Amino acid sequence: MTDLILQFQGIEKAFFGVPVLQGIDLDVERGTTVGLVGENGAGKSTLMNILGGVVPPTTGQMLLDGKPYRPTDPREADDAGIAFIHQELNLFTNLSIAENFFISDFPTSGRLPLLNRRDLNRRAKEYLALVDLEVSPDMAVERLAPGERQLVEVAKALSTDAGIIIFDEPTTSLTARETERLFDLIGRLHDDGKTIIYISHILGDVLRLSDAVAVLRDGNLVATGARDEFTIDRMISSMVGRDIENLFPARTAAPTDDLMLEVRNLSKAGISHQIDIQLHKGEVLGVFGLMGSGRSELAEIIFGLEDFDEGEILIDGEVAKSLSPTSNIKGGMAFVTENRREEGLMMEATVSDNLSLAALPEYTSRWLKRVRSSPLAKSVRETVDILSIKVNDAFRNEAKGLSGGNQQKVVLGKWLMTEPSILIIDEPTRGVDVGAKYEIYEIIDQIAASGTAVLFISSEIEELTGMCDRIIVMGQGEVLGSFERADFDRESIIRTAFREYAA
Amino acid sequence: MTSNRLTMPILRNMPAILFVLVFVLFSVLDERFFSLDNFSNIVETSAFVGLLAVGMTAVLLTGGIDLSVGATMYITAAVVGTLLQQDVNYIVAILAGIVAGTSWGFVNAFLIAKVGLVPFVATLATLTVGRGIGLLLTESRQFILPPVMAYAATDVFGIPLPVFVLAIVVVAAVLFLRYTAMGRQIYAMGNDIEAAKKAGLNVVRLTGSVYVISGFCASLAGVIAISQQGSISAGIGEGVEFRAIAAAVLGGTSLFGGIGNVFPGTVIGVLLVQMISTGLVYLQVDLYLQDMVAASVIFFAVLIDAQRMRILGRLERRNIRVEKGDTGPPKAKPAPAPS
Repeated sequence: MTDLILQFQGIEKAFFGVPVLQGIDLDVERGTTVGLVGENGAGKSTLMNILGGVVPPTTGQMLLDGKPYRPTDPREADDAGIAFIHQELNLFTNLSIAENFFISDFPTSGRLPLLNRRDLNRRAKEYLALVDLEVSPDMAVERLAPGERQLVEVAKALSTDAGIIIFDEPTTSLTARETERLFDLIGRLHDDGKTIIYISHILGDVLRLSDAVAVLRDGNLVATGARDEFTIDRMISSMVGRDIENLFPARTAAPTDDLMLEVRNLSKAGISHQIDIQLHKGEVLGVFGLMGSGRSELAEIIFGLEDFDEGEILIDGEVAKSLSPTSNIKGGMAFVTENRREEGLMMEATVSDNLSLAALPEYTSRWLKRVRSSPLAKSVRETVDILSIKVNDAFRNEAKGLSGGNQQKVVLGKWLMTEPSILIIDEPTRGVDVGAKYEIYEIIDQIAASGTAVLFISSEIEELTGMCDRIIVMGQGEVLGSFERADFDRESIIRTAFREYAA
Repeated sequence: MTSNRLTMPILRNMPAILFVLVFVLFSVLDERFFSLDNFSNIVETSAFVGLLAVGMTAVLLTGGIDLSVGATMYITAAVVGTLLQQDVNYIVAILAGIVAGTSWGFVNAFLIAKVGLVPFVATLATLTVGRGIGLLLTESRQFILPPVMAYAATDVFGIPLPVFVLAIVVVAAVLFLRYTAMGRQIYAMGNDIEAAKKAGLNVVRLTGSVYVISGFCASLAGVIAISQQGSISAGIGEGVEFRAIAAAVLGGTSLFGGIGNVFPGTVIGVLLVQMISTGLVYLQVDLYLQDMVAASVIFFAVLIDAQRMRILGRLERRNIRVEKGDTGPPKAKPAPAPS
């Protein structure tokens, strides 16, 4: 008879009708460490958010110690003894470590409502001892290194005496030494009988720490078992193994040999290292990488949002001396960010206003800069038609009323109207349903066929192999490998992305 | 990294560095400046701006701003003056004035914390309306105050009363901000409001409280200011919000919230602002230039504040790759938490 501390039974979750998790049945034995792996978007975070009370499941239930467990907010999860250490830290950097421990519930001494700092620090020191962090509890969090902050967060989680501890990608910002320290700690927690769920892309670490492994793919639990049943190879093939057909339109035009964008030996301390990229007219170049691989940061450097230390960027054969978004847009570059809600769309404005925003200068009269509305309206109508944006009246309806897929089409359409020579798209299909995805791929193909050079950043390998002429793989801010369309092979691309981790 | 190791301590201790620089500069330029008389004069005249700046510090810590402090001073003064005209006892009149001014702080608290207006807009509105209320009460006449109102010239334990009041308020503010749960939560909220909500802090109450504090401080400032002037006129508190904000920011309080302290920070800032205006008088700088010089110094302080946030932001950014030879971060030296 095994002692189950936690059971997921038929957990399903859909966001806006798009299923993210389907029929998850998973048993967790008390005192074990379970490694949870899967590609980006496989549903790991959603599953853990359900456990942590951040979102409720659409259907299905969880049992904690055999009893139904339905958290409605993170506090309830806390009370149930589930601690969640998020990838991004929730610490107040301007306060001391001790203050961070007790911020929601400060103990006071005596009758006065004044804090007893000595008492506070003494108790904080006990928690810090749990994680072997030898710093003064009085130290401000901003003076701590990322790894030490991570340990403070762990100590905070331990202070609630949790029985189940979730680690979500805890090592992404840690150095090798800090990682070792964290692993020692996880080992000790395991020896103390804590149940641990460990999420990571670093499969070697998962094998090293876990007693059992669970693999998620596209919201399904595709493999579970004891650690001994798994190798890194098996985990990768479980994470990948799926054939897809006809999810992508055929490419209509071949890339040219005219170099549009060239990145030479680009480096930035802590962010990028000796990156070389060549992007041609009419080419779709895919950039694949795991989260935190430096893909988006590279795009920000090219677009001029961030500076760089070494190397050069050539646009249309000329070395760009100073890059800024303004000069880049003037020069025909366009950047569709991964954050369309915050950065790409004016939600309160009409579809027409959104579409015409970037192209507005081309539709103004020469001297007074007055907007010539009838040619503009004509182009807007054409764009809505070409992209088949589903909207009743593009000139009246606001962007916020559109579905996610149609919103994304508006963002793309905005740049399409400027007829860019270089288009950078970052995760253009995230949160978009399958049908709209296909239409977005068609748009990308059309843009490329018109001679635009497209840099297509994505963590969905299918869409890259389906749409790109070439794929480069990034990891730790470096280019780890490059694949021609003829050599596309999902498995070897993923292997390249995981290479340094598997080694 | 090396340049940061040098920049950070300089940025952190900017208020003290500026204070010493300005002090030395004026002392060298004019020997009369370096005298006990002048110093006590600077401290005494800075009392009412000091009171405003203490309240302003609490507001700035939340990332907000209170432009209405001058109007609150005027409301307090107008209530005191009107009641004195009705032959009300002067202590009662002063207490009523403080209640009226603090209530005006409650109005700000309601508009910002409950209704959710942007602090800048909300307090700009209460600044204008508050001045209007003051004008309505006084019918814009000037009152000469009776001799009993000359308490600002009296001493308490050998300290001029305005300075004594400021000292008490500073001590109370330090205790509140540094040693109470609410004070620490105000810092936390100013650092990251989203994380504060996640930690279950009552952000509405916390946000509201700082505007009430600011209103109370402003009404005390009003009570001090009218006694020092000996009269109540429509000019009371005009433009003081700029000096109060400047004092707090010069003292190292960030306009972005979460960073700053009342002592020594804001206190240094207040003395600095007063020292600059006094010093310019000693140097017989053209009266019309004085405002420009003072404003330039303040602009400089705000500029440094923005730079500091930028540098802090860069230092805090997560690195993707571990550069060769990086065997771990430099061991941070134990240091007390900033308050």
